[in-house]
Amino acid sequence: MLKLTHVSKTFHPSTINERKALIDLSLHLNNGDFVTIIGGNGAGKSTLFNAITGAFLLDSGKIELDGKDITFMRDFRRAREIGRLFQDPLKGTAPNMTIEENLAMAYLRGIKKGFSLGINKKDEKFFKDHLAELNLGLEDRLKTKMGLLSGGQRQAVTLMMATIVTPKLLLLDEHTAALDPATAEKVLDLTQKIVRRDKITTMMITHNMSQSLVCGTRTIMMDEGRIILDVQGEERSQMTVEKLLALFKVRSKKEMDNDRMLLN
Amino acid sequence: MSLIALQGAVELGLIYALMALGLFVSYRVLDIPDLTVDSSFTLGAAVSAVLTMGGHPILGIVLAIAAGWFAGLLTAFLQTKLHIQPILAGILSMTALYSINLHVMGNKAMVSLLNTPNIFSKASEIMGPYGKMVAAFCFILGAIIFLILFFRTQTGLCIRATGDNEDMVRSSSINTDRMKFIGLGLANALVGMGGALLAQYQMFADASTGIGMVVIGLASLIIGEVLFGRPSVPRNIISVVLGAIVYRVVIAFVLARGLAASDLKLISAVVVTLAISYPVVIDQYKLHKLRKEGAKNA
Repeated sequence: MLKLTHVSKTFHPSTINERKALIDLSLHLNNGDFVTIIGGNGAGKSTLFNAITGAFLLDSGKIELDGKDITFMRDFRRAREIGRLFQDPLKGTAPNMTIEENLAMAYLRGIKKGFSLGINKKDEKFFKDHLAELNLGLEDRLKTKMGLLSGGQRQAVTLMMATIVTPKLLLLDEHTAALDPATAEKVLDLTQKIVRRDKITTMMITHNMSQSLVCGTRTIMMDEGRIILDVQGEERSQMTVEKLLALFKVRSKKEMDNDRMLLN
Repeated sequence: MSLIALQGAVELGLIYALMALGLFVSYRVLDIPDLTVDSSFTLGAAVSAVLTMGGHPILGIVLAIAAGWFAGLLTAFLQTKLHIQPILAGILSMTALYSINLHVMGNKAMVSLLNTPNIFSKASEIMGPYGKMVAAFCFILGAIIFLILFFRTQTGLCIRATGDNEDMVRSSSINTDRMKFIGLGLANALVGMGGALLAQYQMFADASTGIGMVVIGLASLIIGEVLFGRPSVPRNIISVVLGAIVYRVVIAFVLARGLAASDLKLISAVVVTLAISYPVVIDQYKLHKLRKEGAKNA
């Protein structure tokens, strides 16, 4: 499904601020994989996502999605097939537009935008049914401005927007980290439900080590722009948080420095 | 103020409302401070005046709309493809268009349309004393209906979202550059149409007509929004039009009270400054009061 081959990226090359963000990184995701990603501060987790979505072009290497080379494809074209959620719930929605209008835009993903009506009666019913699934009581508030919703509600709607047209790849960048624990759990449950139902290939960055083992089907650990651990199947089901931390120490030759990760 | 002066002010307001709607599209919807307006307004006036001279007042308006559209595209090109900051992009088009406007007017600073038939003189012939107002009203009504319908289309929705959260729009696989092209084109087409109507209404076009138009447009927009609110896009559009009329009536009133016409731009600038800064001023005032209360209790 997703194939990264020898991907490298250096920011500010040959200056004092030079930073090797991704170093000869290769990764192959199979159809339906749900990968959780952990790693210290500045390990390159978000950079990896940015490379996949096309926020910058690579120095070297190749990215393929579903057999198609997307290495040089522009970001908004890749977005047709890649859904992404950020930690900040404000990033994924347009605050001054209504819930309905936000959904309509997401629903147009991959369709050429013409001059037909943005929202028709049939869409309205469709959006209502989808919102009802969230169990947040939003189905009766289609005309409410997005900015009036709470962070959790906005993140739930963003998740819906990212998946309303099933993407080939879903990227979740600590999308529950800014929410209160109860809401975070609700959004995470919803994520798992949708991913399972639509069989979406998913990558999720998390700072919660136990979550990284409980959720999904495969766990990757990153450090300094490299993948230092990649476990799935039997090996993964035997894994514990302690073992993960020990492995990190051995492979990266240092202590885990992600403060939020340690507090969990 | 006499009734005739009031009528004149409303007529002018209806014409300037087109320009204010253009600013609504660029400043309010796309959230881009577009300075092209100053010269796309003159461009519209110039094109319209030259063609009216040649006996084609209606074609003049149509071509003025097209000319405004291209002026907007130029700014959008500078902004999106060449990555020039929005304000500077506007200033560059504005400066370049100043020369082009002079060319359009045959290298004269002014084109007079005295005794040349135009749409307003024809409207007066047909409909009598209110003909001009009816004609201006028809144009603005057409623009209002068009905009309300346009912002309900898929493209309209995407343009609104581009001004609201550009990152989100790009991640919904929408080409935001394209939306800026369409949006700025539309904005300046409206402005050009305003300029075209004004030239025929006041029976001349002047190379400096457009100076300060951005500020006048913003003043109209803000006055309209403060007085009539902006709960939804259609309501906001109508508020802007009403704001433009109120602005003209107020100006006519203060002029009738003996204010010099040369002070108008200063007043417009003050109105915009006050309107944009009043939340800050109110916050400062509240903070000041809070501090005083605090000092009392200490």
